[in-house]
Amino acid sequence: MQLILESLFNGVAIGSVLLVAALGLAIVFGLMGVINLAHGELMMLGAYSTYITQLIFKQVSFLKPFYDSYVLVAIGIAFLVSGTVGILLERTVIRRLYGSPLETLLATWGVSLILQQFVRSVPLAYASGLVIALFFGLFTPLLISDDLLHGAKGKLIRACTWGFSALLGVATGGVLSSLVSKLSRASARNVDVTAPSWMRGGIDFVGITFPKTRLLIILITLISVLVVIFFLDKTAWGMRIRAVTQNRSMSDCLGISTETVDIITFGIGSGLAGVAGVAVSLLGSVGPNVGGNYIVGCFMVVVLGGVGNLLGTILASFSIGIMTDLIGAGRLLTIWPDMPSPLYSTIDFFATTSMARVMIFALIVIFLQFKPTGMFPQKGRMVES
Amino acid sequence: MKLSKRIFAGLATASLAVTVTACGGSDSSGNFDDTVTVGILHSLSGTMAISESTLVDTEKMAIEEINAAGGVTVDGKSYKIEYIVEDGASDWPTFAEKSKKLIDQDGVPVVFGGWTSASRKAMLPVYESKDAFLYYPIQYEAQECSNNIFYTGATPNQQSEPATDFMYKRSPAAGGDFFLVGSDYVFPRTSNTITKAQVKQLGGKVVGEDYLPLGNTEVAPIISKIKVALPDGGIIVNTLNGDQNVAFFKQIQDAGITPSNGYYVMNYSIAEEEISTIGPEFLEGHYGAWNYMMSIDTPASKKFAKSFKKRWGSDRVVADPQESAYNMVYLWKQAVEDAGTFDDNAVREALVGQTFDAPQGPVEVMANHHLSQTVRIGEINAEGGFTILEETGVVEPQAWNQKHPSSKGYACDWTDPKKGEKYRM
Repeated sequence: MQLILESLFNGVAIGSVLLVAALGLAIVFGLMGVINLAHGELMMLGAYSTYITQLIFKQVSFLKPFYDSYVLVAIGIAFLVSGTVGILLERTVIRRLYGSPLETLLATWGVSLILQQFVRSVPLAYASGLVIALFFGLFTPLLISDDLLHGAKGKLIRACTWGFSALLGVATGGVLSSLVSKLSRASARNVDVTAPSWMRGGIDFVGITFPKTRLLIILITLISVLVVIFFLDKTAWGMRIRAVTQNRSMSDCLGISTETVDIITFGIGSGLAGVAGVAVSLLGSVGPNVGGNYIVGCFMVVVLGGVGNLLGTILASFSIGIMTDLIGAGRLLTIWPDMPSPLYSTIDFFATTSMARVMIFALIVIFLQFKPTGMFPQKGRMVES
Repeated sequence: MKLSKRIFAGLATASLAVTVTACGGSDSSGNFDDTVTVGILHSLSGTMAISESTLVDTEKMAIEEINAAGGVTVDGKSYKIEYIVEDGASDWPTFAEKSKKLIDQDGVPVVFGGWTSASRKAMLPVYESKDAFLYYPIQYEAQECSNNIFYTGATPNQQSEPATDFMYKRSPAAGGDFFLVGSDYVFPRTSNTITKAQVKQLGGKVVGEDYLPLGNTEVAPIISKIKVALPDGGIIVNTLNGDQNVAFFKQIQDAGITPSNGYYVMNYSIAEEEISTIGPEFLEGHYGAWNYMMSIDTPASKKFAKSFKKRWGSDRVVADPQESAYNMVYLWKQAVEDAGTFDDNAVREALVGQTFDAPQGPVEVMANHHLSQTVRIGEINAEGGFTILEETGVVEPQAWNQKHPSSKGYACDWTDPKKGEKYRM
């Protein structure tokens, strides 16, 4: 019983990291059909946001008493940072390449390289300044009424908002670099996020230790999934997104602004990558390559689950997680220690982390032979197919 | 709209990445009769840049020190050392290519370079075919002995063997079972083969081993295995690489695998530099084994740390690989002065038997092109350094490990033409 519970918990823990990382990709890849290879780098930006938030909470005196809760603030910040960069990416690169998946793939891979090099060679203080400038530059026009924006002085007003945002960005960069000296120099070195003390250690329950960071990641994943489901199923914009997914040109005819839908979908997908970045930063170190380590796993989950299906994504990530634990930790050997020796040695051979990965890939490939569209294929008539 | 399109196009063009090969060398002032140019070849970009750039800094510092003390004196003439820094870019074929460039185009008499075993294996044929000389400063798995490479890092019998002995006999977990964790590549696997043989000899038991693919940070299955294999604590030998250590130590602490619960981790790849990245709060109470530790309380060690901080910034630390890199520049200088020429063959002959008062204590170049060195076992403390617990005497290097089944009974001796790379003792 204890063994099953522990195995289940480990599986869910591994699976929830995969799920939170793949959730944004499932929306972008699944709903929009865009293969975004920069997804991992958007996660990396989220992880760096956590690091910067942590440093700010450590250094700025009026925030110090709230240091213990910095992770919660970081989730919001990471969502906004990755979302902003994602929207910029959509506006500048991806929008021009809809319908040509190969070019999108190449372009987003290029973007991922640029982003990696960017965090290596730009001081983080100024990088945050740039993101803040982008954030206000992109979103302030939404607060100004349409009459003003499209009126005679529209261009001037737009220029003013960008000027104001640029100033704000420069100011943020300056203030941050003078406040936190670690952020004022560019460094290719991996940095480290330290969880506040209440999140370290584990909770002992029925003889099993449940690590608190894992519990928090499961919680973050759960909330993200619930919010996404609620957003897609219950809100007006969610309905429009689903409509555009099913039939883009018909939705366009019926008066849905497909362009806005694209922005929102991509923004949310990217923002979720940022949230995943927070989760990942709690487990390991934060470096320019952190996202690249997860991207293959994310695509694996989305393809296995069935493109464009959230339930499939959830089930796929948990089954991969549980399989990883079952095979990698050699659970079968513990449950049934006196199995026939050829079987024992075969299972023992695969009971290492490297071989478990090989085994899981092989199983997924076999599964896809029988169900090429994944666990839950998209039903209905798709205009693209 | 048109305008914004153009701006974006401009932005895209501007973001082209530009790679610059760094060239070094200080200005030629002072009273020297001539100059000699040496090669420095480490990764300045890519994943290994973080570690390898510290070696470039150290080698530059050693060269500057030698120049300030009058340079190299050969045949009555004083030479100022200049250097060309090449970037291996964390890419093994690049190391071979840049080696060719340094030897053929720049005509350097010596190259100081490399970190990973993979980069050394890629460079080895180049140096052997051109009969040039490479100085390699990292602790490694041994099982290699080239006439054209000079190894200043520790061999397994100068690091992991004394460490295993300490863990089994004298650590708080003495007599406990072993679990081996490593990254999935040549060094951890070779090192663990040796450890397994040694534990068996000592009468202990290795109850499990696992390797994490490079880049993978999901250690949950390994933690489950450790808990099944060592339910009441024991000894964990860790040969994980770089930032995988961060994930490992964060997660084992959360899972209750800590010194207070009876689990002690012995590390072979965690030095002062890595402790400050991972955070001492995760590592306190675990162990490390090195030839040099910054906390060595001798004037030579303090001077080394002090000059490095003075040259490169007060927040910097020195660690074992840097000390090896520092030693090799000095040993080369001594050998050249003894040989009275920069010629490879003469320098190689003069090199064997050279002694140097290194920051770690006296070292000597042995006939197998490795160094005899002191081994230290330290406990990681809250300040991010090592509290030195044990110090061996000077240990002679074994290029062919005597516990590894494939090399037992073999040795290497380049001073005797009949013996050479691998002979039966």
